[in-house]
Amino acid sequence: MLQEESDLSLIIAQIVQKLKGSNLYSQLERQAWASLQRPEIKLESLKEDIKEFFKISGWEKKLQNAVYGELSVFPLPSHPAAPPEHLKEPLVYMRKAQGSWEKRILKSLNSMCTELSIPLARKRPVGEQKELLNKWNEMGTDEPDLSLFRPVYAPKDFLEVLINLRNPNYENGDSLSFRTHLGLIQIPLKVKDIPELKECFVELGLNTGQLGIDDSTQVPPELFENEHVRIGQKVLAEQDSAAAQQYIRQGSPTALRAELWALILNISSEPEDVLYYEQLKTNVIQHDLLVDSLIYKDVKLTASNDDYYFVFEDYLYQVLLCFSRDTSVLSHFAYNSASPPKSYIRGKLGLEEYAVFYPPNGVIPFHGFSMYVAPLCFLYHEPSKLYQIFREMYVRFFFRLHSISSHPSGIVSLCLLFETLLQTYLPQLFYHLREIGAQPLRISFKWMVRAFSGYLATDQLLLLWDRILGYNSLEILAVLAAAVFAFRAVNLMEVTSLAAAEVMRNNRRIIIWCGIPVYTLLKLE
Amino acid sequence: MSRILVPCHVKGTVALQVGDVRTSQGRPGVLVIDVTFPSVAPFELQEITFKNYYTAFLSIRVRQHTSAHTTAKWLTCLRDYCLMPDPHSEEGAQEYVSLFKHQMLCDMARVSELRLILRQPSPLWLSFTVEELQIYQQGPKSPSMTFPKWLSHPVPCEQPALLCESLPDPSRVSSEVQQMWALTEMIRASHTSARIGRFDVDGCYDLNLLSYT
Repeated sequence: MLQEESDLSLIIAQIVQKLKGSNLYSQLERQAWASLQRPEIKLESLKEDIKEFFKISGWEKKLQNAVYGELSVFPLPSHPAAPPEHLKEPLVYMRKAQGSWEKRILKSLNSMCTELSIPLARKRPVGEQKELLNKWNEMGTDEPDLSLFRPVYAPKDFLEVLINLRNPNYENGDSLSFRTHLGLIQIPLKVKDIPELKECFVELGLNTGQLGIDDSTQVPPELFENEHVRIGQKVLAEQDSAAAQQYIRQGSPTALRAELWALILNISSEPEDVLYYEQLKTNVIQHDLLVDSLIYKDVKLTASNDDYYFVFEDYLYQVLLCFSRDTSVLSHFAYNSASPPKSYIRGKLGLEEYAVFYPPNGVIPFHGFSMYVAPLCFLYHEPSKLYQIFREMYVRFFFRLHSISSHPSGIVSLCLLFETLLQTYLPQLFYHLREIGAQPLRISFKWMVRAFSGYLATDQLLLLWDRILGYNSLEILAVLAAAVFAFRAVNLMEVTSLAAAEVMRNNRRIIIWCGIPVYTLLKLE
Repeated sequence: MSRILVPCHVKGTVALQVGDVRTSQGRPGVLVIDVTFPSVAPFELQEITFKNYYTAFLSIRVRQHTSAHTTAKWLTCLRDYCLMPDPHSEEGAQEYVSLFKHQMLCDMARVSELRLILRQPSPLWLSFTVEELQIYQQGPKSPSMTFPKWLSHPVPCEQPALLCESLPDPSRVSSEVQQMWALTEMIRASHTSARIGRFDVDGCYDLNLLSYT
């Protein structure tokens, strides 16, 4: 009991400390001062009267949402003896692996820099600044020569690193035994099995209505859809984050989705946020980064070639270029196993006062990075709101898809979960694919790394991302990947090579209902 | 509650195994670590902290002196405490752990020696142990002071002279002023950890290459 109480007070202290620096805190302060004018606030019972005022005026709800947001994002306070690296990643060998992977990326970026003789960062001359400001809303029309640039890494390079990940304390014998993993991932992380998944994703069960399935034209709307929409409107009226997160597990109506996601991610468009975005825009205009060219190249290669997303090309530049300049993203490295790259001002190598992070947000984009932003463009049209939503989605979820960690939502755990599900419930298919040299993870890895963006029709994708927000976990990606294989099991058994399997997979949009994962897996139980 | 680190001497781990170590196939699944306190008299143990390294279950036996005349006895104070919920997977494998007095099965007064019995039933791991072992005893309680008599037994206050009715009640005013003062003190004491948002150094962001350190 003592331990739980002291843990609780530690969590409370941590949340209070975090919220003190936020906009909400100063707003609450201002409201409290202003409320002193009101007749019902008396000095003897100052504290209780102000609390009552906050409850009635809706400010308490905003505070509750902020606290709920912090609890969802921040890991629990760790043991006092644990160093900060332990909070980023508890397993030492994984930290080391992430460190050497990062070093490879840095080397690659440095060599690109020296080969092309382009500086990492430079201040734009005034003429260039004016020009960029003029065409800020149509940067897609620009056709710079990007042929010499290449992406720093692609998902398949990252997969090779994960395949070679080994625990030095683990028995990795050469001979096949009960301890050998048949899949590509050789790390014994704890992943959920079907009974645990069923318990965790209980709202996706056969008996519960789902949007995307139970709102199709054959099903009369009175059975589920109307009621679900009505509840959604009520949740929005109450402005309750926790209720919205619970509600969205059954899918969100298209009309309410933008507001629901903003409520769950605790994004409100205050004038300060718009100002902050404008400040980032100014930073983009003033300084030119090498990373900008990487972003341009990535957008041109991926989103611009996509039937659904090419219309949003300009939005993507506006979001991603500003994202690279946003130093508030640096705070997520406290719980991310990755670390931001460092550099020194020209001529001041080694002097700590001139040490900076590069890029300012510490995130080096890889091939396909812009696909994290593209689906959001369907929901938000105002650049600063779109930007805030993407940033919040990145620091809550997407960063886990490209860093090496033992977190249950980290990409290593997702890969292992996918392989374990497939081996356990489709052993024949798994064996067949392995025999022909088409390990299933090689096909599904790119789906999971991009959170299925670009591999699912947009309405399906948004239903999937509803569930990511609702369950605050990325495990649904691994479950969906396994379900896709289960769905196409018959066809896949006939395939005789990896290339053929790939072709089958990439055969345009995998149009599946989002509920298929649990349906399929429940059938297999 | 304050605590003091007790200097201890951790003896090397001893593996317990049935049969000959050299010829048998498997690795030991039980290790014993003895901890002695050569320079310290028997003390009251408050807390044990360590970093786990792939140990699944921990038992602790403690050698206690019950009274000055009888010999010290060995008692089990912790039995099969689970450090890894699934011994075959990485969960909890490298966590920092604290064990407190109130979690122990027996009284922890007058401890002179500790024996940690580590178990790892899974054959998947090459080795297991606990690291950074630290033992703490109770720190000194805050010294109790005797207050001077006039502080603890104030003179009954005299009746204040009745002021003019238009003036507010002085005790009410003083309590309100106290509360306002407390609020301003709180506001002054709090500081934010918000970032400023600048990524350049004095307007300059010209960089050479990325640094590897």
